[in-house]
Amino acid sequence: MSQPIVEARNLRKVYGHDNTEMVALKGASFSVAGGEVVALLGPSGAGKSTLLSILGLVTAPTSGSVVISGTPVVDGARELGDMRAIRRQHIGFVFQKANLIPFLTAVENVQVAMEINDLPSREARRRSLELLDYLGVADRANHRPVELSGGQQQRIAIARALANKPGLILADEPTAALDGERGRQVMELFARVAHEQGAAVIVVTHDHRALDVFDRHLEMEDGELMGA
Amino acid sequence: MNLALRDIRYHLGSFAFTTVGIGLLLMIVMGMGGIYRGLVDDATVLIDRIDADLWVVQRDTRGPFAEVSRLPAALEERLRAVPGVVASRRFVSHTIQREHAGRSLRMTVQGLAWPEDRGTWLPLIAGRTLDTAHFGLIADRSLGLDLGESLQLGRDRYTVVGITAGMISQAGDGMAFFTSNDAQAIQNDGDGESQRLERAARSARVGAADIGRIQPGLIERAGGSSGNVPVLAPPPVSAVLVWVAPGADPAQVARTIAGWGDASVYTSTEQRDLLLAGPVDKSRRQIGLFRGLLIAISAIIMALVIYTMTLDKVHDIALVKLMGARNRVIVGLILQQALLLGALGYAIAWLLGQRIFLLFPRRVLITGPDLLMLAGIVVGISVLASGLGIWKAMRVRAGEVLS
Repeated sequence: MSQPIVEARNLRKVYGHDNTEMVALKGASFSVAGGEVVALLGPSGAGKSTLLSILGLVTAPTSGSVVISGTPVVDGARELGDMRAIRRQHIGFVFQKANLIPFLTAVENVQVAMEINDLPSREARRRSLELLDYLGVADRANHRPVELSGGQQQRIAIARALANKPGLILADEPTAALDGERGRQVMELFARVAHEQGAAVIVVTHDHRALDVFDRHLEMEDGELMGA
Repeated sequence: MNLALRDIRYHLGSFAFTTVGIGLLLMIVMGMGGIYRGLVDDATVLIDRIDADLWVVQRDTRGPFAEVSRLPAALEERLRAVPGVVASRRFVSHTIQREHAGRSLRMTVQGLAWPEDRGTWLPLIAGRTLDTAHFGLIADRSLGLDLGESLQLGRDRYTVVGITAGMISQAGDGMAFFTSNDAQAIQNDGDGESQRLERAARSARVGAADIGRIQPGLIERAGGSSGNVPVLAPPPVSAVLVWVAPGADPAQVARTIAGWGDASVYTSTEQRDLLLAGPVDKSRRQIGLFRGLLIAISAIIMALVIYTMTLDKVHDIALVKLMGARNRVIVGLILQQALLLGALGYAIAWLLGQRIFLLFPRRVLITGPDLLMLAGIVVGISVLASGLGIWKAMRVRAGEVLS
């Protein structure tokens, strides 16, 4: 196994104060290496999404730290760098809904992520088309999201997450809106991306039908991480 | 990739509709500026065109553009005797409203001191200057009269011999230029009955006086035409224009005239300033304030439009923030759309204005500097308006896309 891409060190998240205090995360620690695809399982309210948003540098933990590619980026509420720049360069996101920008075509939705990371427009377009081809949706490149099926939209969203060759891909219930067959295809796609591109992939899921594609399962319950 | 243009292309219908609305609003702003400029230009066109060095008016009045000014016509001759004066001419001006060809015709009658002044300085677009002492007129085209058309004014019929362009009075009426004698005849025209009554009254007054009883011939003279009564002065004029000889000091000439007890004197610049500070001033300020209000309203409406457009994109803004977009990407998106909205609105305002302003009853004068100034204002409004949208966008959290 290669070096860890992401490390969570004793992450704790508390919402509210005093009487309204609610502990969402109770000292989660784990790491995911490059090329590894990990399922994050657990019932609703277990703290999966909170953990994912902390790892995605969107929410600050109350305490604990996040290390990405060997560099501490968050220590408690303290940011140890430009969070947007770290997200831009190291992290790709996939959501339950594809969340494509409606006024951009499929290829532009991928291209915009690359241009945000300062890749020249022409090069970004070429690479975006390659990615769409890799994910089997090249023929839908010039269609807007409304003209695409749910599965096609999710593949475009995965292509966007891969746009800047991130070390870490975070997916929050990416198959929730898809039927069983398409859901499995998407999960297999994550495994393929992890194995072929060496990315660390963490997928929050309720879908137990495709668990066999994951290298490891992490269970969460009531804010505690088990099996890490 | 230009996100602003792609968003606009996607929402083309609503953007076009909004832009036309902004364009119409800016056209009103542009039009108000044009009305203001037209008002000033119309008010000063005569003073500028005549280009006299001095305006001699009734003592202690501000001149014929500000109030009634009546001077004896003989002052024209007296002024010619002042050292340094090279020419002086009567200025007769009054407004009439008559029926002509089944419509109401309102015009400002201007008297030209014929034969010295035949109207060669007028901006003729058709016809000729006044070549005869009587019964000819040069009409501004805004009066709607044709060359060769004749109209009855008082007891006499006058024929249009020339057409001018842009000769409008401060009240917005087209000007008609007659010889000053004709202009005074039109001004003092009365019906036969009132003239007979006036003559009878004069005869009675002379007959009641000692001199009438001593010289009965006077009673007969008093009952005749007023021109045959030596003691009756010719009709007064509104002002007398003075041109100073090259090399002479206009200020010295003005001081000499100002020393007389029956006249006040102003330079053309002073007369222009008095005009703008007097009758035109309130209209000018009113239009100026209204224009200011319209600009403020445009800014508010544009700000709300940009803000609403930003609200429509909150989710997308959160998404690009999550992807790590720098603030300049988001600011650029909103600012570019605001500037494009302003620029297209401005273009629509200009294009529509070119056609619609021609239909206005008063001149709407759109000048290059005014257009430039409005363009600057529109850029300012666009930047300010985008500020509200940018403020909202900066408060969007990347995490919103996860919720």
